[in-house]
Amino acid sequence: MSATVNPPVVFTQDELGWVSWIDPLPEADLTERHYAGLVDRARAKSEYFRLLVRDPEVLEARTKTDKDIFYNVADGLPRAERELAAAATSRYNGCIYCASVHARFASTYSKRREDVQRLLDEGVKADLGERWNAVVKASVALAATPIAFGPDNIADLRRAGLEDAEIVDVINGASFFNWANRLMLSLGEPSK
Amino acid sequence: MSTQDIIDTLAGIEPGSALDAIRARRLQARENAQKSYLSLFEPIDASDFSLAERAAVAAFVMGLHGESAVAAFYRDKLAANADGARLLAAIEAEIARGGTSGPYGSYPAGPLSVENTAGLIYRVSAASKSALGIRLVAALEHAHLLVFRPRDAASADMKALLDAGWSNTGIVTFSQLVAFLSFQVRVVSGLRTLAAANA
Repeated sequence: MSATVNPPVVFTQDELGWVSWIDPLPEADLTERHYAGLVDRARAKSEYFRLLVRDPEVLEARTKTDKDIFYNVADGLPRAERELAAAATSRYNGCIYCASVHARFASTYSKRREDVQRLLDEGVKADLGERWNAVVKASVALAATPIAFGPDNIADLRRAGLEDAEIVDVINGASFFNWANRLMLSLGEPSK
Repeated sequence: MSTQDIIDTLAGIEPGSALDAIRARRLQARENAQKSYLSLFEPIDASDFSLAERAAVAAFVMGLHGESAVAAFYRDKLAANADGARLLAAIEAEIARGGTSGPYGSYPAGPLSVENTAGLIYRVSAASKSALGIRLVAALEHAHLLVFRPRDAASADMKALLDAGWSNTGIVTFSQLVAFLSFQVRVVSGLRTLAAANA
């Protein structure tokens, strides 16, 4: 499989592929239990999801957690800043694939493509203005092991105008990408 | 089946509190974080990854994070397992040996190489190997990679797990377990910090 991989060597907002290092389930072998795990039937076309669906119950619960944290925008943080938390976490952990997807979403929803690109090019210390800096810094503090998130991060986020429900969205979005990054980085690799 | 919400319990979120109300507005996320926990620790099918192995890996991963309430929860889960007492001493010795700070590691060769950061490449001690057995030795070494230097992961790491007797399905569940715990401990830590800032 590795012969076909042309791995990206920089962070990018381009669309990337992803190739598994172990065996996804063949589409022909999927049962109704697997389709329930995929949540969206169209995900049967994705090598990544056909790999994760080897444990359908975990995949289903994970997918539904993901969708609510990022797509439930009835209140809380604007979509762009949830995506910024995901992109910053991915940049810090080093997940080129996840960063590409969520930097692209952050650009789409914020219309600040150049600022997002500076996060990718310069890293998590890039100066993106007070509000985005607070979101990025909080995400990075949460991604560190041991976790470095503390009262100063809460104070920064509040100074930047975030209410508690929005701070919870930052916590959830950044935390979720510590889950996603580790799957994407360790089960396969991105391909240009 | 447990009905207690593990994140609420570990973060100390009381029913009726401000954070309880905020979490209630993301009910699908709250319920499915809990379902993720249950599907990993009370699975339908544990044939590819035993309950004792799950508890041992979780105790190790959370011990490496050093969040005391969460680490104690998973240490107790291992101790309560039929095989737990035998494994616990070895896991605790390995947590002490594996402690460091991350993320660190290397990028694919190119412009990002200037950001490469060296750090501990953890291997299980000779003394713990017989207590843990070949599958858990490979699992702990891979879990340490996932916790601290996920960007170092390579196809050879998958081969090491396969060679130690892990199936493809077992590797997926194992990876989900370590990655899920990385999420869970951060939500707990973040919510605890927010609650403390409001106290």
